[in-house]
Amino acid sequence: MTDLSITIGGDAGQGVESSGSTFSLASLRSGWNVFSIQDYRSRIRGGHNFYQIRVASREIRSHSDPVHLLLALTKESIDIHLANLAPGAGILHDDSLRPDEEAARAHGAHFFPMPFTEIATRHGNRVMTNTAAVGAGAGLLGLSLDALKSVIAERFSAKGDKVVESNLAVAEEAYNLALKRYQGTFQHSLNGRVPPRSERRSRTPGPMLISGNEAFALGAALGGCRFVSAYPMTPATTIFEWLVKREKQLGIVTKHAEDEIAAICMAIGAGYAGARALVPTSGGGFSLMVEALGMAGMVEVPVVIAEVQRGGPSTGLPTRTEQGDLLFALHASQGEFPRIVLAPGTHEEYFEAGWRAFNLAEKYQCPVIVLADQFLAASLSTIAWEALSFQSVRRDRGQLLTGQELDAFDNGEYRRFKLTPTGISPRALPGHPKAVYTVVTDEHDEEGHITEAIDNRVAQMDKRMRKLEEARKEMRGPKRYGPKDAELTLICWGSLAGPAVESLPLLEAQGVRANVLHFSDIWPFPVQEAEKALQAVKRAVAVEQNYTGQFARLLRMCTGFSVSRIIRKFDGRPFSPQQIATACLEEVAQHARS
Amino acid sequence: MPGADGTTSASRNGRKDTQGLTVRSFANHVKPTWCPGCGDFGVLTALKQALVQLEIWPHEAAVISGIGCGSKIVDYMRINGFMTLHGRPLAVATGVKLANPSLHVIVVNGDGDGYGIGGNHFMHTARRNPDITHIVENNQIYALTKGQYSPTSDRGFKTSTSPDGAAELPVNPLLLALACGATFVARGFAGEPKHLASLIAAGIRHKGYALIDVLQPCVTFNKVNTYEWYAERIYRVDEETGYDPADFDAAWRMAQQWGDRIPVGIIYQREGIPSYEEFVPALKEGPVVHQPFAKVDEAVFERLKLEYT
Repeated sequence: MTDLSITIGGDAGQGVESSGSTFSLASLRSGWNVFSIQDYRSRIRGGHNFYQIRVASREIRSHSDPVHLLLALTKESIDIHLANLAPGAGILHDDSLRPDEEAARAHGAHFFPMPFTEIATRHGNRVMTNTAAVGAGAGLLGLSLDALKSVIAERFSAKGDKVVESNLAVAEEAYNLALKRYQGTFQHSLNGRVPPRSERRSRTPGPMLISGNEAFALGAALGGCRFVSAYPMTPATTIFEWLVKREKQLGIVTKHAEDEIAAICMAIGAGYAGARALVPTSGGGFSLMVEALGMAGMVEVPVVIAEVQRGGPSTGLPTRTEQGDLLFALHASQGEFPRIVLAPGTHEEYFEAGWRAFNLAEKYQCPVIVLADQFLAASLSTIAWEALSFQSVRRDRGQLLTGQELDAFDNGEYRRFKLTPTGISPRALPGHPKAVYTVVTDEHDEEGHITEAIDNRVAQMDKRMRKLEEARKEMRGPKRYGPKDAELTLICWGSLAGPAVESLPLLEAQGVRANVLHFSDIWPFPVQEAEKALQAVKRAVAVEQNYTGQFARLLRMCTGFSVSRIIRKFDGRPFSPQQIATACLEEVAQHARS
Repeated sequence: MPGADGTTSASRNGRKDTQGLTVRSFANHVKPTWCPGCGDFGVLTALKQALVQLEIWPHEAAVISGIGCGSKIVDYMRINGFMTLHGRPLAVATGVKLANPSLHVIVVNGDGDGYGIGGNHFMHTARRNPDITHIVENNQIYALTKGQYSPTSDRGFKTSTSPDGAAELPVNPLLLALACGATFVARGFAGEPKHLASLIAAGIRHKGYALIDVLQPCVTFNKVNTYEWYAERIYRVDEETGYDPADFDAAWRMAQQWGDRIPVGIIYQREGIPSYEEFVPALKEGPVVHQPFAKVDEAVFERLKLEYT
């Protein structure tokens, strides 16, 4: 079984990101399964950045430690990543760098100096040094040269034939030279190993390599999103940029607003007018949107908020990952009103949330929050072509009255907030002569007029909150990964599905039979399904990317179930399967002692 | 209003039925909670009259308001109304307009709402120039919270939160709007609803953002800026010989007048500037709410997926 990790490290501005994505796609096109993460800082130039690419023969859902091949664009990247190198790892670097050979030997790593700059300047210029590094890395690892060249040709096509040709020449020479010099020395080479798929030379349909945010935006567009307003904020910006780039093709009104308050208010205005409206943001922006969230709840206007979490509090760790906003999302805004919170665990689920959130928002006429995070948003995952399926998409606008239905309406004044058994009042959009109504953020009667009358207040609160019970019926219980009869259950939510599931074989190898219960539908909490799933649990740990174990608290609040231990991480770096497995083994060992 | 710009899509698409449209078409059963003599009554009357003048039916307009005494206007008339949050109606209205530009979108809020907490949206909406009419009921006081000084209160104005008199300079909304690139800037007086109605109608006809700052006496909490105080000071710019509202420099000077003489009327209007909606590609085929619900078909979807292979 092949399972290798490659790190490309360098300074911000050296093209680490483009090298990483090129290497990732070349790996995919060589027939391998790929999962990549990016690690960067909140600055434009300077400071160490890296890209970690995992290449495997089986399906993978996470990055992995340790690293087998390091493409070092700076000396600093060698120093930083040495501790995470596997025995026999290779370090490709420009021959001008003078690395500490003693330290590397102690780690069992091998240096592979290469004339990157010389090759780059001979065929083009210094800027192409990273192309040389990628070419050498691909050669040494054993990726297909044709696959790499196809990616390079596409990536540089906008810059003209000359740039494409120079980069191709640089990549090819570095590829062949690395092979010639070091093939026999590098013990993790893929040469001679058969990839799970045959290499693809053209862009015929095959598996995709897609980031979470791209998958979500695709899902939102497919779900009929016609309005998106946002204020740029990492790591949510790429959702907005994706939709803006395709606004003509998709017919989406996109508005870069003056602030986050305006962004959500515009979306609520668009939702009121009848467009499926989306607001992508991160925790800081969401903090500003909180008052308007309550407005959407009170006036029963559908709106979807993609809250892509990053490290908090305040500005926190702007480019890094965290799951610190769960309880905030559940409780944001004054008073009580129905809201729905989804926390997709995989790229496929994030895609699905893109369209499903709109259905839920329109069906229950309330705000829907999709809670993602930097790890899910920015990681690239290999997914099957069929996994993002047009046929799977449902578009359900709920009880939205059509023009014809309103034409035929002959029942006195239209009542926007009519009391119904489900709490859902048939919704008319503004613009029809038979449904002229006012909505107000004050408490209101069935027609929408302000009133503080006691009976009405109680009836309208009951009506709104009934929608939550109605929605709860379609909230999904936890998804189980791994064997049913496990001695240890890892309970997690949101983006941790991948790393948690990937930790199971590592635990199995240590003799621990474990499984994962993953929650993606968070609110209204699927109490019954959760209780049912928890009955089979012998011993549980929660795995969360936050300080206080917010989901463990929620689980206890809703079901009374307590976990034995909360495995936490709040350093902004995503959990690797190895880190989760190690923490689980500690728990098992401690339990055995007690 | 045949031939005029800013008319409804219904009137553009053919003859529209205006039979029976009167101010009563905008009446509902709700009794306003405004104090007797409140300037907001004048604004309500003027708004209804303007809509009748322009032959706009209740379902063809959306009135978006904020929070405050005057913002309750949407509860007191039969209209597509949306009373939003304090300071946010311009942002909500922008969303409404961009999703459905066939609606006449009118924002009504107060001076605290529009120039204080909503100041950022005011500034950016003015430069953005969406086809939205913005009526600000400017009573120079926070009335619904029972009498605190507002962003437009004159210096020295004494209230419960400015016992020694307000220390800050008042916002000059007309200058601010002009500086931000507003294409229509007017001032009206709630004591002259007929003239105010003509300003509102002109604002709705104007293609682009139109500010109508309304001097609106608060009879309960503002004992300084009363009907009499205004009546003694206001004069109409259109009665000044040679005043040209298309002249920005003249408007800039006019907007600075305050004190003994206060100008009302259309201070500035620049026509022929595209409204924001005209720059939005998705609106080329009409309002997105009128377009087929799902624009992305299977072929488009498969092409998008190919980008990732």
